[in-house]
Amino acid sequence: MAGTVSPHDAKTLIEQLPILQVLVPFCTAPLIVLIGNRHMAWLLAFVASVISLVISYVLLTQVYGGGFISYQLGGWAPPLGIEYRVDAANALVMLLISAIATLTLPFAYESVKDEIKAKDHTLFYACFMLCYTGLMGVVITGDAFNVFVFLEISSLSTYVLVAQGAGRDKRALTAAYDYLIMGTIGATFFVIGIGFLFMSTGTLNMADLADRIANEGTNRTIRAGFAFIIVGMGLKAAMYPLHLWLPKAYTFAPSAVTVLLSATSTKMAIYVLLRFLFSVYNPEFIFELNVMFLVFMPLALIAMFSASFVAVFQVNFKRMLAYSSIAQIGYMLLGIAMFNLSGLTGTMVHMFNHGITKAVLFMGVGALVLRTGSSFYNNLNGLGRVMPLTVAPIVIGGLSLIGVPGTAGFVSKWMLVQAAFENGWWFIAILIVLSSLLAVVYVWRAIEVLYLSEPAQGTKMAEAPMSMLIPMWILAIACIWFGVATDLPLGAASTAAEVLLSGSFGMVE
Amino acid sequence: MDWDFIAGHVNYWMFIVLMMTGLYIVVSSGNLVKKIVGLNIFQVAVFMLYISIGKITGGTAPIFPSNSKGYLEIDPSIVYSNPLPHVLILTAIVVGVATTSLGLALIIRIREEFDTVESDDLVKIEQQLTSADNKEHGDAMGGMA
Amino acid sequence: MIFDTTTAIILAMLIPLAAMAGNMAFKNMPNLRDGFTFLCAVLTFGAVLVVLANEGNSVTSEFSLIEVFPGIDIAFNVEPLGLMFAIIASGLWIITHIYGVGYMRGNDEKHHARFFACFAIAISSVMGIAFSSNMFTLFLFYEILTVSTYPLVAHKGTPDAVKGARTYLAILIGTSIALQLTAVIWTYALAGTLDFTQGGILVGKVAGWVVPVLLGLYAFGIGKAALMPFHKWLPAAMVAPTPVSALLHAVAVVKAGVFTMLKVGIYIFGIDFLAETGASEWLMWLAAYSIIAASVVAMTQDNLKKRLAYSTVSQLSYITLGMALATSMGALGGGMHIAMHAMGKITLFMCAGAIYVAYHKTEISQMQGLGRVMPITFGAFLIGSLSIIGLPPLGGSWPKFLLMLGAADTGHLIIIGVLMASSLLNVAYLLPIVGRGFFRPLDDGAPTKRYEGPVLVWLPPALTALGCFVLFFYGGALQSFLLPIIGQ
Repeated sequence: MAGTVSPHDAKTLIEQLPILQVLVPFCTAPLIVLIGNRHMAWLLAFVASVISLVISYVLLTQVYGGGFISYQLGGWAPPLGIEYRVDAANALVMLLISAIATLTLPFAYESVKDEIKAKDHTLFYACFMLCYTGLMGVVITGDAFNVFVFLEISSLSTYVLVAQGAGRDKRALTAAYDYLIMGTIGATFFVIGIGFLFMSTGTLNMADLADRIANEGTNRTIRAGFAFIIVGMGLKAAMYPLHLWLPKAYTFAPSAVTVLLSATSTKMAIYVLLRFLFSVYNPEFIFELNVMFLVFMPLALIAMFSASFVAVFQVNFKRMLAYSSIAQIGYMLLGIAMFNLSGLTGTMVHMFNHGITKAVLFMGVGALVLRTGSSFYNNLNGLGRVMPLTVAPIVIGGLSLIGVPGTAGFVSKWMLVQAAFENGWWFIAILIVLSSLLAVVYVWRAIEVLYLSEPAQGTKMAEAPMSMLIPMWILAIACIWFGVATDLPLGAASTAAEVLLSGSFGMVE
Repeated sequence: MDWDFIAGHVNYWMFIVLMMTGLYIVVSSGNLVKKIVGLNIFQVAVFMLYISIGKITGGTAPIFPSNSKGYLEIDPSIVYSNPLPHVLILTAIVVGVATTSLGLALIIRIREEFDTVESDDLVKIEQQLTSADNKEHGDAMGGMA
Repeated sequence: MIFDTTTAIILAMLIPLAAMAGNMAFKNMPNLRDGFTFLCAVLTFGAVLVVLANEGNSVTSEFSLIEVFPGIDIAFNVEPLGLMFAIIASGLWIITHIYGVGYMRGNDEKHHARFFACFAIAISSVMGIAFSSNMFTLFLFYEILTVSTYPLVAHKGTPDAVKGARTYLAILIGTSIALQLTAVIWTYALAGTLDFTQGGILVGKVAGWVVPVLLGLYAFGIGKAALMPFHKWLPAAMVAPTPVSALLHAVAVVKAGVFTMLKVGIYIFGIDFLAETGASEWLMWLAAYSIIAASVVAMTQDNLKKRLAYSTVSQLSYITLGMALATSMGALGGGMHIAMHAMGKITLFMCAGAIYVAYHKTEISQMQGLGRVMPITFGAFLIGSLSIIGLPPLGGSWPKFLLMLGAADTGHLIIIGVLMASSLLNVAYLLPIVGRGFFRPLDDGAPTKRYEGPVLVWLPPALTALGCFVLFFYGGALQSFLLPIIGQ
């Protein structure tokens, strides 16, 4: 089903799904606070995320082959009213976000109990749901200003969530503060860009904006707006060199928060970047500016190498993964910079694959933190032998991070290298594979610590609890599954890339 | 660039000056509270930008008078300003207030834990903590760090 | 037949995985565990034999498991070279397993279950390599093989083992990701397919400098073929327990490398295409250099396993050379050498392990007179050495003969000289070991009673030594079995 829905005419629940996608978590958050019981809070959050996951899946099946759903909020037709618009590109991102949230919550149950004071649990889950609402809203909306509003909802709750890590390390507070400053600057830049667009075109609806920019030509204001939007979203996406907030925030946030952030928050920002680059501004515009070749590609390459290099020398597993995330974002930007179908497919699929890969890795670290109380390598010696079921998913995630064939990470790297060859950029192709060698180094350091070092004398560690093991194993198996059965991510990603490259919003052909 | 151009764009000049002032405070100030204030000024600059672009020369407030029967009496000859930016900025102000209050709350917690709100001192304390980490955990790694 | 070919191929890959599961499940029941693995090894061999009985040396069409990228499937088929490789690997798995049980128990090694489980995964991926019908599938299993053998190399967990394993992984993963993967994707970008096709898929798609460069990416990217200068991992991997060295580093891993090399030469580039463009000429000289240089290094090694490792480096280059000669005879010779060298080298490694289990000697200089107390082991070692040297009536003589024919075909007389010189060098570094064992007196105070170690340790090398004889008489049959790979 694709087409336009006005809530007043909608006959079935299916037609109301786009708004429910945002409303379900949004209403859950205050409900959690009102009920005020921390066990109920977890349960409610979990139920909401499961419902949301189902909605994401149904939406994706509807737009999988192309086409889009336009949902008119309050029955006000766009461009005046706010529109939610679902196409293959954001349906895939929504599926990723809701799947990760659904898996993170069971994981969070034990982890939060361990890392956060009991009295804060209820509010933690409320914030979690708000953050989730924001992420979903940013992705689903078709209104440029609405993006900003949801972005701030998710950001503000994220700052709170990051600060919750203060129970373990007080540096979480400064991490959250730095993130708040940088994030607010980024969001404000973004809103300036939107303002410029609005000044020139008089509209905020993305499809309408796209139409006017394409048909009425550009001017300096529109181009300046472009720069503001790129910088603003680049900050949120931790695009090199705007990544400085990320390592600290990821390292000191509670484990469950890091999982959610690493797997979804930067991906959401990349998605918005894509949407604005290709759907609002059009491919011809970007091509003329040559911004891909001159800005995105060099920054992506620097990120891939410098962040990987820094990751190699970390002594803290969690921090290592944070730096690796910056490098992996470099891959996604590189895919955009390729500016061809394979490259964009690579970016979309890498968003998905890296999301699940990093989620399993951060969950693994979280599980180790639960048992040992530390994520420093020297406290993790030989744990692979002591708690094999907990550590094995980390190994699988690590292999996927490297991009070993048969894992999800390989699929995206393949697409990126192929895209480079299609452009005739064989040099870039070589750089991509070389940078994955750095990933071999930093992943293998962790594996050697976990398996080949002798466990400390008398280490008797229990496996992580089932509520952690199950989501970890689901993700680990997904890492392998999506490395072989690539139908779902690759199919949706290539449809999404076609949609994006065609320059129109949600319409192929 | 003649005088008319400069005067005609006065709202933009204000915007730029305010924005740069705000950003400068965020970057240069060592006090966390002042940083938040800078951030506020920065955001306010953007609010001003939005509101000023909604203004149409000769336009009046977009309020339609209604007659005694409750029907709108719209006079097509009257020019109205665009109300949309105001509405948007209402949302943005809420966001700004939320950010400020959250930032201040964080500062209170930071002061409780670190006993300072100066970023120089904070950086120093953090560096000490990090190098202590590296020493403790790096040496144990056999100097591999 | 009992199963159709498709089922048999899938079984050949799945049964080793069952063995792995068995090892994990019966972790603490050694006899049940090892017996079950033995059963699995026999069944795997049986499954491969079923394929042989069904298909003979014909080339079957592929069957696809799943499509990974548009136009790229995980797909398998049967062709003589792969079938031969599968037969060797699965057949020798049975023998090595018996030997491995003897070695691990005789030597009090730890973590038996993990060891045999990883072993089984490695065999499974070798089956995948042997039956893969396109370069993508082959690459997939190639990497799984690398990762699954890493724990085997690092098995002892000593700093030495960790360091060796690190070198092993760094070179194998490094070359395969940096070079081979680039080559594979590049090939796909150029040819639009990765299916192994008789006559190659690149004909008419590329010309000029791209051909030798692409071949170079493959040749160095297939690090398992141990072409110099990427050979260091092989000696480094000798820290592994001897059964690993025997099966994996004389048969499965290294042969997977040269097997890939042959597949690339024959089915990706095409022998005729290589001959036409002359793109492989530099590779031929490099292989020739590798043959001589590794032999010379082998002579300087006192550690028996290290010496054998360098010998392997040298022998592997024979096969690369066979491909690089770009003639039918060369390719056939290379193909046959996979089988012949496997049989000879596994004998040598198992003998080295037997010596270690019985007397804990690793250095050649400590082995004087040992032939007197373990005549069967040293006898097997002699036969294996002669086969490697290439003397009739042992299997190793055939491929050398074919390679020389191939070199003569192309008019590269120097290559003939290289092959002969290499044989002499083989004599120089292998036979003195036997000579020292049989003719030097034992050390003072050493036990003079005959003791060969446990039966599980000396019987397998004796069997494979016998195999070297048998292969000589089936050389012609093997050659005609392989004929389809050169399109005849």
